[in-house]
Amino acid sequence: MDLFDKFDPIVQLRASLPFEKADPFKVVMDDIISETEAIVAGRHTILAGTNNYMGMTFYQDAIDAAKKALDDFGTGTTGSRVLNGTYGGHKELESTIADFYGMDHCMVFSTGYQANLGMISTLGGKDDFVIIDADSHASIYDACKLGNATVVRFKHNDTEHMEKRLKRLPEDAGKLLVVEGIYSMLGDAAPLKEMLEVAKKYGCTTLVDEAHSMGFCGENGRGVAEALGVEHLVDFYVGTFSKSIGTVGGFAVSNHPKFDVLRFVCRPYIFTASLPPSVVASATAAIKGIKLSGNRRAHLWENANRLHKGLKNAGFNLATEKAESPIIAVQVPDVQLGTRFWEQLLLQGVYVNMAAPPATPLGIFLMRVSVCAQHSSEQIDLIIERFKKTAEIVGLELAS
Amino acid sequence: MAQAETLETINALITPLNKKGVTLKPETTFAADLELDSLTVMDLVAEIEDEFDIILPLNLLPDLETIGHVADAVDKITSEG
Repeated sequence: MDLFDKFDPIVQLRASLPFEKADPFKVVMDDIISETEAIVAGRHTILAGTNNYMGMTFYQDAIDAAKKALDDFGTGTTGSRVLNGTYGGHKELESTIADFYGMDHCMVFSTGYQANLGMISTLGGKDDFVIIDADSHASIYDACKLGNATVVRFKHNDTEHMEKRLKRLPEDAGKLLVVEGIYSMLGDAAPLKEMLEVAKKYGCTTLVDEAHSMGFCGENGRGVAEALGVEHLVDFYVGTFSKSIGTVGGFAVSNHPKFDVLRFVCRPYIFTASLPPSVVASATAAIKGIKLSGNRRAHLWENANRLHKGLKNAGFNLATEKAESPIIAVQVPDVQLGTRFWEQLLLQGVYVNMAAPPATPLGIFLMRVSVCAQHSSEQIDLIIERFKKTAEIVGLELAS
Repeated sequence: MAQAETLETINALITPLNKKGVTLKPETTFAADLELDSLTVMDLVAEIEDEFDIILPLNLLPDLETIGHVADAVDKITSEG
């Protein structure tokens, strides 16, 4: 028995896609020209699928800090946070994030995936309940598999459906509600005010993942909970450095007085090497920078609104009525047309994410566009023009 | 073995999804026999939960392959109150 036989259906599905000149899962960025442009297969390409929302990847303070940390502390820590892998920089980063969120405690993880994996699997114990949205990110689902809690799922962003389920749980049981501020595939925001208020009514501890909202939602860029004025209902925030912060890593913050015990019981925190000093230094500089980036925030929202309006007016089928985030998801009717659309768009010089089930909800097929604060208005207009041209070439019918 | 009444209620919820008109028996499977995709199964689970006013935890779902499995699980959960 070949252990790989079970993957044959996936190999066949991949082979059936009609790619001719490019493959969305094998794109190589040969040269990065700026936050918003790269060379792909020799072509000058506008990047519109990078999650680099705040455009911090070339932020000068972050680059300088990373270079200095490389010189002073070397290329890596070669150890766990709880052994030799905690440097002064890691502690400074944790206090910078705690300060950014106005909370008492912070733990830095090596990736955002591990932050969710660790927090959710550790907080939800054998006799507890973890309540999740059906459209949760894979890291949340995997955390549920890793932990021992009973997992309750409710329909995406459906507060009533959630409440029906909370009502059925034992009153005195431990309950952790896990929701995201912005859902990464459709770019839609959660009705956090209603959800968190209901969750609190039923005695839930709440964890909000602001991975795709940190940096630009809320006055200080703390996320959707800040934007909606419900931060007092959030017990834990989880976030990542791999989007708005422009590097890699994850974190959790909280005011819980016993928070620090997690450093001794959270396996995805303990049994992996800590972030390299250069990454830690650039994350610290970028978070400090984001706090002062009101202009970037404003321009990012202008870009998101401009793109949404332009594509909507052109007749594309968008996943949200208005821009709820810098993620603008364009729905394409089927995999064949979607494949050709993605390929043609890349040949036109625009890179977006092609997203298909199971990464997308409801079995839909998407061109997932994410804009950057550093995109110029001209670049946004070019993206819209090239979307229109691509639709014409591949024969995608647009609404009139 | 699940109670006949439980099976009947579950079958009634499945009927609108039974596009191929498969005869519904306790040993009928959701994936192979009824050919339901994971999204349809998710909605069905939610309907069963609401019908019986219970929770079918996500952890249980991989083991519930047939109508009979689900009915047994529902009976077990309702009897535990």
